[in-house]
Amino acid sequence: MALDDTRITGFKVVGTRPDRPDGLDKVTGRAKYGADATAPGMLFGAIVRSPHAHARILGIDTSRAEAMHEVKAVVTRADFAPGLTGENLNVLENVMAGEKALYDGHAVAAVAATTALAARDAARLVEVEYEILPHVTDVDAAMEEGAPVIRADAADGSVPEGMHPNVVRYHESGHGNVDEGFAEADLVIEEHFTTEATHQGYIEPHACLATLGADGKGDLWCSTQGHWIAQKTCAALLGLEQSALRVTASEIGGGFGGKTTVFIEPVALALSRKTSRPVKIVMSRSEVFRATGPTSSTSMDVRIGMKKDGTITAGQGVFRLQGGAFPGAPMEFTAMCAFAPYNLKHVHQVGYDVICNRPKQAAYRAPGSPMAAFAVESVIDELCNRLGLDPIEVRLKNGSKEGTKASFGPTWDRIGLIETLEAARDHPHYSAPLNEGEGRGVSCGFWFNHAGETSVTLALSEDGTVQLMVGTPDIGGSRASMAIMAAEELGVPYDRVRVTVADTASLGYNDVSHGSRVTYASGLATIQAARDTIRKLCGRAAAKWGIDPEAVEWRDGCAVPSGPNAGEFDPMPIADIAARMGRTGGPIVGHYEVTPEGAGVSFATHIVDAAVDRETGATEVSRYTVVQDAGKAIHPSYVEGQYQGGAAQGIGWALNEEYVYGDDGRLQNPGFLDYRIPVASDLPMIDTVIVEVPNPGHPYGVRGVGETSICPPLAAIANAVSNAAGVRMRDLPMRPARVLEALQDRTGE
Amino acid sequence: MSKTQVNMTVNGNAVSALAEPRTLLIHFLREEMNLTGAHIGCETSHCGACTVDLNGKSVKSCTVFVGQAQGAEITTIEGIAQEDGTLHPVQEAFREHHGLQCGFCTPGMITRAWRLLQENPKPTEEEIRYGISGNLCRCTGYQNIVTAIQAAAADLSIKEAAE
Repeated sequence: MALDDTRITGFKVVGTRPDRPDGLDKVTGRAKYGADATAPGMLFGAIVRSPHAHARILGIDTSRAEAMHEVKAVVTRADFAPGLTGENLNVLENVMAGEKALYDGHAVAAVAATTALAARDAARLVEVEYEILPHVTDVDAAMEEGAPVIRADAADGSVPEGMHPNVVRYHESGHGNVDEGFAEADLVIEEHFTTEATHQGYIEPHACLATLGADGKGDLWCSTQGHWIAQKTCAALLGLEQSALRVTASEIGGGFGGKTTVFIEPVALALSRKTSRPVKIVMSRSEVFRATGPTSSTSMDVRIGMKKDGTITAGQGVFRLQGGAFPGAPMEFTAMCAFAPYNLKHVHQVGYDVICNRPKQAAYRAPGSPMAAFAVESVIDELCNRLGLDPIEVRLKNGSKEGTKASFGPTWDRIGLIETLEAARDHPHYSAPLNEGEGRGVSCGFWFNHAGETSVTLALSEDGTVQLMVGTPDIGGSRASMAIMAAEELGVPYDRVRVTVADTASLGYNDVSHGSRVTYASGLATIQAARDTIRKLCGRAAAKWGIDPEAVEWRDGCAVPSGPNAGEFDPMPIADIAARMGRTGGPIVGHYEVTPEGAGVSFATHIVDAAVDRETGATEVSRYTVVQDAGKAIHPSYVEGQYQGGAAQGIGWALNEEYVYGDDGRLQNPGFLDYRIPVASDLPMIDTVIVEVPNPGHPYGVRGVGETSICPPLAAIANAVSNAAGVRMRDLPMRPARVLEALQDRTGE
Repeated sequence: MSKTQVNMTVNGNAVSALAEPRTLLIHFLREEMNLTGAHIGCETSHCGACTVDLNGKSVKSCTVFVGQAQGAEITTIEGIAQEDGTLHPVQEAFREHHGLQCGFCTPGMITRAWRLLQENPKPTEEEIRYGISGNLCRCTGYQNIVTAIQAAAADLSIKEAAE
């Protein structure tokens, strides 16, 4: 779907900032989230979880729980489909343990009872006999000789000979000869970096309501970023036909990647099947932390060579990521994103996917990329400092542009990195003087963006209003963006378009709302569905006028005769055609199904000022500017909202957030008290600059914006803190104690 | 488990019901009263999604037993707009200034901001940020929430001056 050059100028609705269609429901408390659904006869589920990091399950005694009169069913692994393989088996293992509990919080059984309190009581009465096994929760320790083997047969064919069985996947990419490149450098710096696992931290815990009958037909309501993947996965895990399970996405209280898979949904379905009653499960916050997907923790080595004039001669990185007890840590994304902003003759990157006794990682906003940027952009900052070079000028000198061969293979199409760097350089923030004790950091960031299977239907109502059905749950204001694009094409006011996130029975397959794909892919399909509708509208007008349909144009919400017939008939408004559609050929419905190509990659540059308290080691982010290429901003306020939200999450990741495991392998901080996400008083206003370098792969030039915004912050903040403290910070988070220690090491105190 | 009688006023209506003493106020409001606007995000009073107003103070209803609300005047998000549906200026400002994304924290955030502006009708930006620091939002970076509360404060002071 190529860029439609005729549309680039003269937008009427695109680029405006209307109120969101879900706004009223959300400010009045009417919006229905995962936990807000009820059904007659509903039971409440609760899950029994392992207190051990690694243990063989010797037996499960459910008799005391079942003796409670409120308890209607208990399920274990035996209640799910046998014989699964591949990722379905991994997901089932994660949803309900088989022979072994693989991490603290791993589900081992579940109960359904008539009240939520009784279900919790009953879960405590399920007695599980464990044989405790040695565990490992650190990525480097898990790779060492003698580390406990977590799953003996988890490695795939990519792993080189001689690696520990906990190394389950391997990636290598690049081009040129890095040794040659390093030999050309005036200065080569190599550093080791680590980052801790962080959680997406959506405020809405996972919640669902499931109904599954003895006939194998079911309904599932859940908080999810993708209800078709939930349908497909639940059907596999329960041995159902996919079409027999209808899944409806509730209003979603945040996801950020963490709601792209299933956790409690198959369990609620199994309990419902066993009781023939609807079953609701709502996770507690500690369950969310212990048993849903955080991001990977990392151990990274990056080496970069630079000439005195700022030319980067070579880049090399080794990226080790643990993704919990299952394969899937996004180490290839870390490796591929690491040097993506730069035009390098010699580049080489290696990734290791390592399993540990931790929960199965899930996607978190540009999975893998923020850590890569932290390591690479920190080394570039150090090179600039030591060579006395301006960090933005160095990035401009080496920055990727159209035609550059990317560090992981492809040749870039039209991209906007240079434009973000120029806008950052010219922003007043970059030349503003720093206050005493402050440091400034900059960083670039990159994310691929994704397209995915997409299906959209647009139906005209008799009064000329429009019903648009999309299959991508609205996680960032996408109903507003879709309505804007449909209104733009059809020439109708924005508020005449009602956008619904349809259930799995009402549309063709839709990929998850992830990969920053929704405004791009569902938007592209919406534009095409509107154009399909317009063809039909023009056809009805042509028939009425008795002229060739090709001789009818669509302008400003009306069919208009064109060519030899121009001016012959009065324009026919959409409402007039709609009012007669029953008598002129039937309902008018446009649709479009596609797996688009050309999602359009995205780059950003962030500038951060941070002050470090030399007494406490505490960091305060005092000024923050996000510059990012959006391709084309459909609803600029929501683009800015993504920029600010990504930066805020990055600030938390850089400064405070981390999974802390004890020597016993248990998560020490499964709550918002000790896992501290930023509160309002921690943050400054976050300035935003929207750069628009159109994506050649979308009719309006749209690029996804949701994920790239979290790629630069870890590095930009680390550079600001390092420059403020006068010491390079190589480990995240930069909690006060760690910064204080670094300051003391530097001054020899 | 045995149940006890609880009486309170919720959004101006007298409420009388039986509840297990260990029932949390948020569960009582959501499950017995069907007021699902206030949400549960953490059950440990950190996230503020469950914020309601109890006798003129913002409270985290996930850490209040229903018995502790005996005889109390409670206002939830459902009680903030006028009965004819006219939004309160705080609600209007959140909608107009895009003070929400996913909307899950919004009822608690608005209920808190509504009380904050009664406690301090002309807050500085810093006072707003500290005043809502018991309410977590993971989507917005708080920027448009702060902007919305500033706009609501201005709107309320204009309305008060006109009265």
